[in-house]
Amino acid sequence: MDFSDTPQEAEFRAEAKAFLAANAKLRPQGSDAYRSRAFNHEDVRRSKEWQATKAKAGFAGFHWPKKYGGREGSQMQAIIFAQEEEKYIVPPGIFNQGVGMALPTIMSCGTPAQAERYARPALFGEEVWCQLFSEPAAGTDLAGLRTKAEKRGDEWVVNGQKVWTSNAHFSQFAMLVARSDSEVPKHQGLTFFILDMATPGVEVRRIKQISGTSNFCEVFLSDVRIPDANRLGAVGEGWKVAMTMLANERFAVAQAEGPDLDDILQLAKLVQLDGKAAIEDSAVREKLVTWYCQAQGLKYTRLRMQTALSRGKTPGPEASIGKLVSATKLQEIAAFGIDLLGQAGAVMDGELAPYNAWFQNALLYAPGKRIAGGTDEVLRNIIAERVLKMPPELRVDKGMPFNKIPTGAR
Amino acid sequence: MNFEFSDDVTSMREEVNRFLNEQLPTGAVRQQVETGDMLDRDLWSKIAEMGWLGAAIPEAFGGVELGYEALCMIAEEIGRALPSVPFGSSIYLAAQAILLFGSQAQKEIYLPQLAAGSVIGTFALAEGAGDPSAQAVRAQVAGGKLSGTKLPVFDGLAADLAIVAAQTGAGEPGLYIIDLNGPGVARRAVESLDLGRKAAVIEFDGAPAEILPLAADWSAVAGLLDRAAILFAFEQVGGAQKALTMALNYAQERYAFGRPIAALQAIKHKLADIYVLTELARSNAYFGAWALDTNAAELPAAAAAARLSANEAFFEAAKENIQIHGGMGFTWDSDCHLFYRRAKQIAGNIGSARYWRNRLIDRLLTQNENIEAA
Repeated sequence: MDFSDTPQEAEFRAEAKAFLAANAKLRPQGSDAYRSRAFNHEDVRRSKEWQATKAKAGFAGFHWPKKYGGREGSQMQAIIFAQEEEKYIVPPGIFNQGVGMALPTIMSCGTPAQAERYARPALFGEEVWCQLFSEPAAGTDLAGLRTKAEKRGDEWVVNGQKVWTSNAHFSQFAMLVARSDSEVPKHQGLTFFILDMATPGVEVRRIKQISGTSNFCEVFLSDVRIPDANRLGAVGEGWKVAMTMLANERFAVAQAEGPDLDDILQLAKLVQLDGKAAIEDSAVREKLVTWYCQAQGLKYTRLRMQTALSRGKTPGPEASIGKLVSATKLQEIAAFGIDLLGQAGAVMDGELAPYNAWFQNALLYAPGKRIAGGTDEVLRNIIAERVLKMPPELRVDKGMPFNKIPTGAR
Repeated sequence: MNFEFSDDVTSMREEVNRFLNEQLPTGAVRQQVETGDMLDRDLWSKIAEMGWLGAAIPEAFGGVELGYEALCMIAEEIGRALPSVPFGSSIYLAAQAILLFGSQAQKEIYLPQLAAGSVIGTFALAEGAGDPSAQAVRAQVAGGKLSGTKLPVFDGLAADLAIVAAQTGAGEPGLYIIDLNGPGVARRAVESLDLGRKAAVIEFDGAPAEILPLAADWSAVAGLLDRAAILFAFEQVGGAQKALTMALNYAQERYAFGRPIAALQAIKHKLADIYVLTELARSNAYFGAWALDTNAAELPAAAAAARLSANEAFFEAAKENIQIHGGMGFTWDSDCHLFYRRAKQIAGNIGSARYWRNRLIDRLLTQNENIEAA
C-alpha cells in the first residue's frame, strides 16, 4: 500500500497544480459558503469561461480523443485534476451532463458527423447540455417513459413531459429519449435524440423544491420537431444508448455534499448541554463516531476503486456504496445538528443559526440526495443483483407490449 | 497510488486460503469443539511451519519478516476459516508486546519461540467486567513476584506465557512476562461464548515476573491494543465476509413460494446492507494496515475506526446469517452460531465499543486542536 503517486501521476499532478496556481485563487481554510443555492446567469457565464480555460490548456476531456480536443489520457488524470481543483475557488461545474455523459455517448453511439458537430463546443464550454430522461410517471422504471416520438417524413414530432432536469433553463442541447413504438415491449420501443432546446414547442419551467430553491426543471414538449439527422443510434435502440450513457454516469455520481463529520464535530464543541460541551456527552459521541467510521470507510473505499482504475480496471456497481451511504449520513447529520441546537434548531435565519443555517438547509435538500441518481432502494437492488448476483426483481410487464402495461393514477 | 495489498501478499493469500480450506472443511471447528480439544496442535504447527506466526517478526528474532500487510491478510483468512488456534493472543498481543517493549535479550529469547509456535503466548489484562484502564488493574508485582487474578484470559489454558498488566507500586501499571507453566500460577478454563477461543481465569500467587522495560506507562498498553485492534479487525472482516457468503449461498438454494428466497427484496436489501457494512469495514481495516505497516501518526484513530466498523459489520453479518438460515441457523449443527459467537466475543476481547469510541473521539479532538493551533 502506498498513497504516493506513480511517477507519471506525480508528473501530471505537478502540471495540474501549475495550471491551477496560474489560473485560479486558492480556497482559504474555512471559507465554505455553507448554503447551496441555484445557479444564476453570472455563475453560468463564469462556468463557461472556466471550462474554456481548462479545455484550452488540456485539462478537460481527459479520456476524450485528441481530435475532439481531448487529452487521450486516463480516468486517473481526471481524478487527480479534480483533487487539485477542489483546493481552488472555481465556478460551479455545469458540464458533467455534456462533457461527462452526453458527448462520450454521442461518440460511441452517434455518427461521426454528430460527434464532429457537438464535441468541441461542449468541451470548450460554449454549449451546455442537459438530459431529458425522467418523466412524472417514469423515474426508477425509466423504460416506462411515455413521451411520444412520431416519424413524419424526415422529421420526428415529439410530445410529452420530462422532469427533474438539472440545468435545463440554461442548456443549449439535451439528450432526449422518447417512445417511438408503443406496440412492442417497453425496452424495444425507445429512440434517442439530440434536441436543440431552442426548438419551438420546448417549454422549460423551474421546479420549486421543498427548500424553496429551484435546482431542477420540468420540460414540456409540444409538437417539437426534430430532424431525423439528430437521431442518436438506430430507431428502437434507445435503451441501449441510455445504458451506455448511464454507465458513464455511475462513476460520475458524486457523494452527497453537505455538513459532514468535521462540521458536526465543531457544532458539538460549540453547543452546551447540561453545562458541558455536547461533545462530552456519550450519546453524542456515539453518533459522531458512527459517522466518522462511515466517512473514513467511504474515503478508503474510493481509494480502493481508484487503485482499480489506475490499474486499468473499470469500477463496477460497487461505486453505488458511495451515494447510498453518504446520502443517508447527510440526512442524519443534518437532523442531529438541528437536535443539538434544541428549540433554536428551528431557526433558519442565516444570521442567527450556526454556519449560516447549513444544517437546516441540508435537512431540506438531503431527501433529494436519497432519490436522485438512483434511489436508496434501487441502489440496494443494484448491489444485490450485480455485485452479489442475486436474482432480478419479478417484472410483470416483461415481454408485454407497452400499450398493454397497466398504469396507475400517478 | 496503490491502496491494495501488494502482489506478493495477494498471491500468498491464495496459498493461505487454499491451505485453510483443505485443513478446515465446513464443520471441522464444531467437531473439534465437540471432542473437547482446546487447541488444534497439528494445525498450529503447520501454521508455524508456513511462517504465518513469524510474518511480522524480524528475521533477526526468528521471524520471516513478510511485513504487516502479510499478517493482516493472514488475519483476514483466519477470520474467515475460524480455526481453533490462539493466533491473535500469541501473535497480535504477546509477540507484539515483546517486540515493542521487550529488551534485546527478551526479544532474542521469546520471539523465536513464538514465531516457531513452540511457545504460545497470551495477554492478561482484564480483571472482570469493565473496559481497559489503568485504574482497573489491581494485580500487583512486588519484589519481582506477581499476585492477582485475571479474567478472562483468552486462550489462557493453551498458552505457555502471558504478558500481564500489573501495578508496579510506582505510577501506572507495567507489563510483565509470566511463565504460565511456572510456580505461582493456577488456571482453569471457563465456559466461553466463542467455542474456538476459550477463556481462562488465572490466579497468580507470587509468580516470578519479568518486566518489559520499555512499557513505561499506560500509553504502552493502549498502543498495544491499537495495533491488535487492526489485526483483529481483519479477522472480523474475514468473518463478516464468510457469514455474508453463507447467507447468500443459503438464500440462493432455499426455495419458498416457488422461487429462491434470494429473489425476495427483503433478503436482497438486507444482504446489500451487510455487503456495504463489510466493504466499509474492509476499507477502514486497509487504512489500518497501512498505518501499521508505516507506523503512521494516524494509527490510533485508524485502529479505532477499523475496530468499530469491523465490530458492526461482523456482528450484523453473523446475526442476519442466522436469520436468513431460519430455523436451520438456530441449530447446533449449522455453522452459523460459530460466527455469531465469535463476532460477539471478538468485539469485546480488547475493550468494548465504548472504549474505542472514547479513544477515537479523544484522538479526533486532539487532532482538531492541533489543526486549529497550526
